[in-house]
Amino acid sequence: MDLDLDAKTLEFRDEVRDWLAEHVPRDPLPPMDSDEGFPLHREWERGLAEARLSAVTWPYEYGGRDASLLEWLVFEDEYYAAGAPSRVSANGIALLASTLFAFGTDEQRDRVLPRMARADDIWAQAWSEPEAGSDLAAVRSRATKTDGGWLLSGQKTWSSRASHADRAFGLFRSDPGAQRHRGLTYFMFDLRADGVTVRPIQQLDGVPGFAEIFLDDVFVPDDDVLGAPGEGWRVAMTTAGNERGLTLRSPGRFMAGAERLVDLWHANPDPRVADRVTDAWIGAQAYRLYTLGTISRLAEGGTLGAESSVNKLFWSELDVALHDTALDLLGADGELAGPRPPGWQSGHLFALSGPIYAGTNEIQRNVVAERVLGLPRGDR
Amino acid sequence: MRFALSTEQKELAASVHALLSSADLQAVAARWAAGDHEPGLDLLGRLAKIGVTELAEFPVELVVVFEELGRHAVPGPLIESYAVAPALGITGDLATVALPPHVPYALDADVAAPYVVDGDAVCRAEVGAPLTSVDPARRLFEVRPGEWVGTASDEALDVGMLCQSAQLIGLGRGLLDRASEYVTQRRQFGRPVGEFQAVKHHLANVLVALEFARPLVHAAAVTGDTRDISAARVAAADAAWLAARAALQVHGAIGYTREHAMSWALLKVKALRSAWGTQTWHRRRVLTSLRSR
Repeated sequence: MDLDLDAKTLEFRDEVRDWLAEHVPRDPLPPMDSDEGFPLHREWERGLAEARLSAVTWPYEYGGRDASLLEWLVFEDEYYAAGAPSRVSANGIALLASTLFAFGTDEQRDRVLPRMARADDIWAQAWSEPEAGSDLAAVRSRATKTDGGWLLSGQKTWSSRASHADRAFGLFRSDPGAQRHRGLTYFMFDLRADGVTVRPIQQLDGVPGFAEIFLDDVFVPDDDVLGAPGEGWRVAMTTAGNERGLTLRSPGRFMAGAERLVDLWHANPDPRVADRVTDAWIGAQAYRLYTLGTISRLAEGGTLGAESSVNKLFWSELDVALHDTALDLLGADGELAGPRPPGWQSGHLFALSGPIYAGTNEIQRNVVAERVLGLPRGDR
Repeated sequence: MRFALSTEQKELAASVHALLSSADLQAVAARWAAGDHEPGLDLLGRLAKIGVTELAEFPVELVVVFEELGRHAVPGPLIESYAVAPALGITGDLATVALPPHVPYALDADVAAPYVVDGDAVCRAEVGAPLTSVDPARRLFEVRPGEWVGTASDEALDVGMLCQSAQLIGLGRGLLDRASEYVTQRRQFGRPVGEFQAVKHHLANVLVALEFARPLVHAAAVTGDTRDISAARVAAADAAWLAARAALQVHGAIGYTREHAMSWALLKVKALRSAWGTQTWHRRRVLTSLRSR
């Protein structure tokens, strides 16, 4: 058991650190889901891609550099420590891409991944519907077979990035007679296609980070079905596991947040808040170490199971606690939403979404109790 | 970087677990609490035979073993004998050591060779009055320094704190296992109480706390850094206490009795939270080290 970084990883870390020092904008970009911020974030992604840093773990042929998961973790550490812009490509790179690697055809990978890596296509997720939130298997939006493809109809909501994104992925009921998890198909579709209407929704911070998507007989070619028709639930669940389990929230975010919190405490060392500062810092360390354990297990052929839910519960609660503490340290200035004091209020607003998205924490606790602790499922 | 237990380390844990599973730990602890050490000493003898007394130089193996010792709520001066005494150059089978101010009393000084660290001196201890711990299986004694036997090192206190962190993780895990089993069997309103989400969520929170405290303990064993040890102890003691509270709650009244094994683990967690440094002291040690960066 050791925590030492090998020479190759250290060399990669130095390269990333130097590149970020040179390229990270001095002034923060406007929010990525705002009209002015979105194109600037796309531009930033293109710069990352030119340096082969937008999707480091991917194979070289798709725009990555075949980096190990440990190198990915180190990249993320450096990225957040440098205060680099939010990743507008995250839905695609962290979620859809892993599904493509698991279930996509060569043709789909060749067509979708390089454009994703360069941010030519920015992806939105289209999971939830008005009547299908935590209960995702209740989706009612339907896919009807037609010549050479499918016609999608229905309504998606809370679709992250959809206000500005180019394409989206989600589940549709392709067998109207099938119930629940059966008869679902995983589609990729164009948000600019005929029959698509997007209605942006302002989030708590006033920025339209998600949207409603209305689909009215939207044609999608067969080539944009991911996995087999009717297999959508199984295909989607691999993405959901990745989202909660590893790639969506790297330790870097919390390590950088904890370091900034400690700095904030130095500026105003209020003894009444000292324990909470300490606990946030310890929590960030715990999260990083836990992730190193996960990476070690995966490197030895292990898989992510229900521990993805354990992970999601921890980081989402840690994020809220860390930002709560920072706002208390700021005193009356805690109210200010920016640009001064920098980032804490927007970070707090973002943290508040963590216990809700990617499967609410209540659902995750059920999963942990039933699948890890073996408690009886029973009626809901 | 490889942050995972080796096959050998997992086998060590499994062999300690198997040995302890074959013993009636509640009976052993009850007799130990009453001053009848024989079954406990017999158990410690069997642990010694599989090598747990020879791990003082191997901190990762130590924490692996201490998690199992905690999981089964084994009584006795285990931290003192397996980790602290060797770090102080004390040899012999069963030893107990007081390290004031954090460890002011000697555990089980009526059955183990007693020592006390007095400043930078290691001394034989003159044993005084017995004290009553909230954990009946922790028999505490006042001690005074006697004959000088050697020079103390700071590492002894830290390795004790490290092992206690692992023991707390194990206690928490044992409590969670008992609670999970109980709520699966206990029926109310015509169904196992474990079907109720309020119960599930208590226990899921415990699992999360334990799963994220354990890597801190393992990392502290790898680095030996005082800040890492205190961080591990803070997380481990909080997780173990959360486990104790949840286990008590989901057991209901039966858990609030000395007759139930769960309560013995709960009382041990209560006692250990105060021993080997308070949570406040450990948090201060972490934060102070962050200030001087």
